[in-house]
Amino acid sequence: MADVESVDFLKNQEGLNDVPLEGEILSPNAGTEGEEQEFNTLDEPVRETIMRDLKAIGIKFWHVLYPKQSKALLKEWDLWGPLILCVFMAIMLQGSSPDSSSSNTKDKGDGGPQFAEVFVIFWVGAVVVTLNTKLLGGNISFFQSICVLGYCVCPLTVALIVCRIILIATQSTLLFIIRFVIVIAAFGWSTFASTAFLADSQPSHRKALAIYPIFLFYFVISWLIISHTHTS
Amino acid sequence: MADRGQSWPTQQDESAIIDLGDVNDRDDGSDYETDMSRGPTDGSGKGSLEEDVRKRLTDNVTQMVWNAGTQQAKRAWSLYGNIDILRPYFNVEPHEVRTRLLQSFLPRMPSSEKQRAYRELYGPLMVVFTLIALLLFQMKAAEHKVEEGTLMGTAFGVCFTYWWGTAALMWFLSYVCNAHITSIQLLSLLGYGLAGHCVVILLGTLIHTSHDHLFFYLLWAVFGGLSTLKMVGVILSRTHGKSQRLILSCTIAAIHLLFLLYLHFAYHQIVEDLSRVLDSDPVVKQPEVVNNVRTVSKGEI
Repeated sequence: MADVESVDFLKNQEGLNDVPLEGEILSPNAGTEGEEQEFNTLDEPVRETIMRDLKAIGIKFWHVLYPKQSKALLKEWDLWGPLILCVFMAIMLQGSSPDSSSSNTKDKGDGGPQFAEVFVIFWVGAVVVTLNTKLLGGNISFFQSICVLGYCVCPLTVALIVCRIILIATQSTLLFIIRFVIVIAAFGWSTFASTAFLADSQPSHRKALAIYPIFLFYFVISWLIISHTHTS
Repeated sequence: MADRGQSWPTQQDESAIIDLGDVNDRDDGSDYETDMSRGPTDGSGKGSLEEDVRKRLTDNVTQMVWNAGTQQAKRAWSLYGNIDILRPYFNVEPHEVRTRLLQSFLPRMPSSEKQRAYRELYGPLMVVFTLIALLLFQMKAAEHKVEEGTLMGTAFGVCFTYWWGTAALMWFLSYVCNAHITSIQLLSLLGYGLAGHCVVILLGTLIHTSHDHLFFYLLWAVFGGLSTLKMVGVILSRTHGKSQRLILSCTIAAIHLLFLLYLHFAYHQIVEDLSRVLDSDPVVKQPEVVNNVRTVSKGEI
């Protein structure tokens, strides 16, 4: 019995020896670059690495501003773009801190949200919308969805910059209406852009269910932008 | 090689069973064991054997406890941390959501058959988020200089606390009163009931009558009443016994209707107070005080 077992064991061992223990460790980008370039990225100057990443981020912003049915955002996702947009928006949207030297204790500056509040609203909102998309049966990974949602805030950021420029002039009802229209247009643009990217990942009859929370998310961000009347 | 062959099948069982024998065997059977358990000896051989045994024992026990703990944690995480637990509650179609939203305004008379209570979380969750968004919209429409950050946090907290808190309270009461309704069904029911609140707040903000609340009370009675009657009908059809039915229906009706009143008046009040305070421009008052002080001091001198 022992001999039979040892013979079987030896046979298994030969099978083990036939398994190739060499090969290439393929990374997701190996399709575009050769094996030699993977080693060269360690030797290249830092400027090249940074410029390559910035170029990738820039290409994604371009895809968002001119949305077509493309897979660029989904295939190579990154979170740099959403982080840049979120930090920029939070810095622009934060109100002045409460003025302690004022005689009236109820005077709290212009009442805008703090940096941390905008940051939390952005990321928690993106996480909630992503969870909802996944629960509805979408075949998209968690970070891909957050990447798309973050990048599609770009039109709203452009609207924020335009509103900030408009706010330099003295305010009137007409300027408020102009700001309102600009923000609404950016809101529609953002929602349409995110729909163009996320639509394929949902079953066709449930697209409306997945789009509605995205609509609400951008609505809240648009509300934050419209209500920002920074008085410097 | 023989050792590896021996330990290989036991490693496959590692996730299910920890065999005390294996733990000891691994220590003794490995080719690469360095005896780390033996610390620097004093040189005295007296108690060193006992200490050695004790150290090995504590090490083995610690490792055992650690392995058991990590495996239990992994099993618990795979059981409860899995997002797929919630997946069946999001399995809806858009037309179903639309139908259920409309039916939340159409109460049915409680008869002997149980009324349909849905086990769904997508629709109620979207209704709660819409309610939060409408509350923010209402605050913004009322005045343009309010603390957005604090009000957003408050809106979020209030809506979710109401939804989950009332569901918990109703679940406890239905347990006491022996009603045939589960917690998920209560969450769905209350969530869809908030659709009435959404409609009232939306209409109340768009058609703004600041000093006369009659229009709001009309909306409150109509939409609030319809959604309350719908929820009460569902609960009554699933409860037996007069006093139990009375307790459940009065509780849910009271909380539901009072919440709508709270949403309208509390936020309205905050906004009106803040706008009154901010519009009065307190900076102007300060020089007057300074002048008064100066005149008084001059008068004294």
